[in-house]
Amino acid sequence: MAHAHDAHAHDHHDDHGPAKGIGRWLFATNHKDIGTLYMLFSLLMFFVGGTMALVIRAELFQPGMQLVDPMFFNQMTTMHALIMIFGAVMPAFVGLANWMIPLQVGAPDMALPRMNNFSFWILPFAFTMLIGTLFVPGGAPAGGWTMYPPLSQQTGEAFPMLIFAVHLMGASSIMGAINVIVTIMNMRAPGMSLLKMPIFVWTWLITAYLLIAVMPVLAGAVTMLLTDHYFGTTFFEAAGGGDPVMFQHIFWFFGHPEVYIMILPAFGIVSEIIPTFSRKPLFGYDAMVYATASIAFLSFIVWAHHMFTVGMPLAGQMFFMLATMLIAVPTGVKVFNWTATMFKGSISFEPPMLFAISFLFLFTIGGFSGLMLAIVPADFQYHDTYFVVAHFHYVLVPGAVFSLMAAAYYWLPKWTGHMYNMKLAKAHFWLSTIFVNVLFFPQHFLGLAGMPRRIPDYSTQFADWNMISSIGAFGFGLSQLLFVYIVVSCIRGGEKASDKVWDSGRPHGLEWTLSSPPPYHSFETAPEVK
Amino acid sequence: MTEAPLKKANRSLTRQLWIFAAGSFAFGFALVPLYNVICDVTGYGDRTKLVEASSFTAPEDKNRLVTIELLSDSPAIGDWEFRPAVGSIEVHPGRLSEAKFYARNLRNQAVVAQAIPSIAPLQATKYFHKTECFCFTPQPFDAQQERELTVRFIVDPKLPVNIDRLTLSYVMYDAKSTS
Repeated sequence: MAHAHDAHAHDHHDDHGPAKGIGRWLFATNHKDIGTLYMLFSLLMFFVGGTMALVIRAELFQPGMQLVDPMFFNQMTTMHALIMIFGAVMPAFVGLANWMIPLQVGAPDMALPRMNNFSFWILPFAFTMLIGTLFVPGGAPAGGWTMYPPLSQQTGEAFPMLIFAVHLMGASSIMGAINVIVTIMNMRAPGMSLLKMPIFVWTWLITAYLLIAVMPVLAGAVTMLLTDHYFGTTFFEAAGGGDPVMFQHIFWFFGHPEVYIMILPAFGIVSEIIPTFSRKPLFGYDAMVYATASIAFLSFIVWAHHMFTVGMPLAGQMFFMLATMLIAVPTGVKVFNWTATMFKGSISFEPPMLFAISFLFLFTIGGFSGLMLAIVPADFQYHDTYFVVAHFHYVLVPGAVFSLMAAAYYWLPKWTGHMYNMKLAKAHFWLSTIFVNVLFFPQHFLGLAGMPRRIPDYSTQFADWNMISSIGAFGFGLSQLLFVYIVVSCIRGGEKASDKVWDSGRPHGLEWTLSSPPPYHSFETAPEVK
Repeated sequence: MTEAPLKKANRSLTRQLWIFAAGSFAFGFALVPLYNVICDVTGYGDRTKLVEASSFTAPEDKNRLVTIELLSDSPAIGDWEFRPAVGSIEVHPGRLSEAKFYARNLRNQAVVAQAIPSIAPLQATKYFHKTECFCFTPQPFDAQQERELTVRFIVDPKLPVNIDRLTLSYVMYDAKSTS
């Protein structure tokens, strides 16, 4: 805690910069460095998972078996999901939290810098192990990312690697979440009451509580899979009185809050960006906070809508259907407030705003298809079809991922001190938005027509939409290379960014009172918030 | 906050959050007994009833047909060929009916098998009465032996009217590995 001691000695305060060489990153305790590491790691994983998605879409380009064998195809669907969820989306949000929460609450760093280092550096090990499963006998896990037994119990030598990788990711997330909560609760600048916090901080505070509540439940569930496999327990093995359906209950008790873990910070980002470029304060700040909290609460009592077809009693189906539909209310409040924020605003369309508006439209489409899936009798028809695939990709790609793109374009000039190439960023936006719809919208039609998910081959009546979807996939995937180019050239140089970055008169948050880029150690004296 | 009290506050909140996380981990395991309690209280998927012979009689309801779908699963444990003789049968509630399964031990040694039944939807479990079933007792098989296995059952006419289709499924295990 050498940095912390410096804070005592303000008179002869030397602002020492980062350590030299690789040590800066290996032993990083600075929240900005760790935030950068998280985000670069997630960008790498985004491309690894994306490549797997392209293998899937290439095989599905035409009916029949062309490129890969079915076993490998199943490995790709499973690994794509695990890598995108735990490797790309979640670490990207944790990286943003690391960078932005101390800046937004006026704290000098995260509360627990060394745990912060640990929680990041676990991830490369976890994912080396997970990706390593591709090279062991029996291949990578292929039973779906949900790891339902008894199918997942047939995984080859990859099985324990999968379980331990999940344990490590869980440990990393829990530590990250603890760090976020302690920073927010204890290290806010004087005068910043909870209801004066920036909305991104609020959404992350709630997300962090969700993480602590459910990641250990996942750890428990996979531990049970492990002991069933090796130590003769029969949690999910009917032979010993266990029940495989119970795994689904425990898994989705984690799984549904997990969905909101991946979207609540996105809500926070969009709630930061829309006011800036609408030149108006966020409409209904308090309502936004309460809506976020309501969504978090409801996320714990809707899990069984993922498993309507297991043969649960009618009363259970009714409860989970209605509870699920109830989530549309706070979500609707949010969408309304974003729209109301833009209403009569003088809007400008910089890249972050473009992504935020696209998020607003496309996330809402994903929300609506979610409502359709919540209807029990309809769900019996849609279950395990491409309609489900279309639904969750709409909320995760133009939802969570677009919010991350928006966040990168919003804060990148603050982080690097350079403006990026606006023309290219807009091109990246249009390519992404068009191709993401070409990619995922036809999957609604495929699902409604009855095409099952997680299959390498399909009946010929699905051929046309699959081909279009695959074209969209390659277009979307390749467009993301443009994003890498824009980010890398922005890091390396570019027009100098001002402290406020955006000339809209907003934004108001504490991060904009610092220089661009902010000093390596910022807010060593806490700012006063009125 | 100044340095020392802040450190203390951070440490105590961190400790509380770790306890919270440990509690969540424990809760995940607590879901297991909780799940079983819910199954017992509601009678859904009642496992003892599924493997007990019942002497049930009721007048046959000739106006109603219930489809019984038959399913078989082979588990990771053991090496079996195991399948129903037909995919589904239609029965009148109250009538004693019969379904046949075919099993073959694929190994070159004698094995004792145990079949574990399950009914879907779960709330139908209490309306499905077996008078005779190969799942009641362990079934010895010689090396490579194949056998026909029989289950006789009566569907309770009180089965809720919204259920017109039941799935009866079995998993075949090596009995030794279950003990």
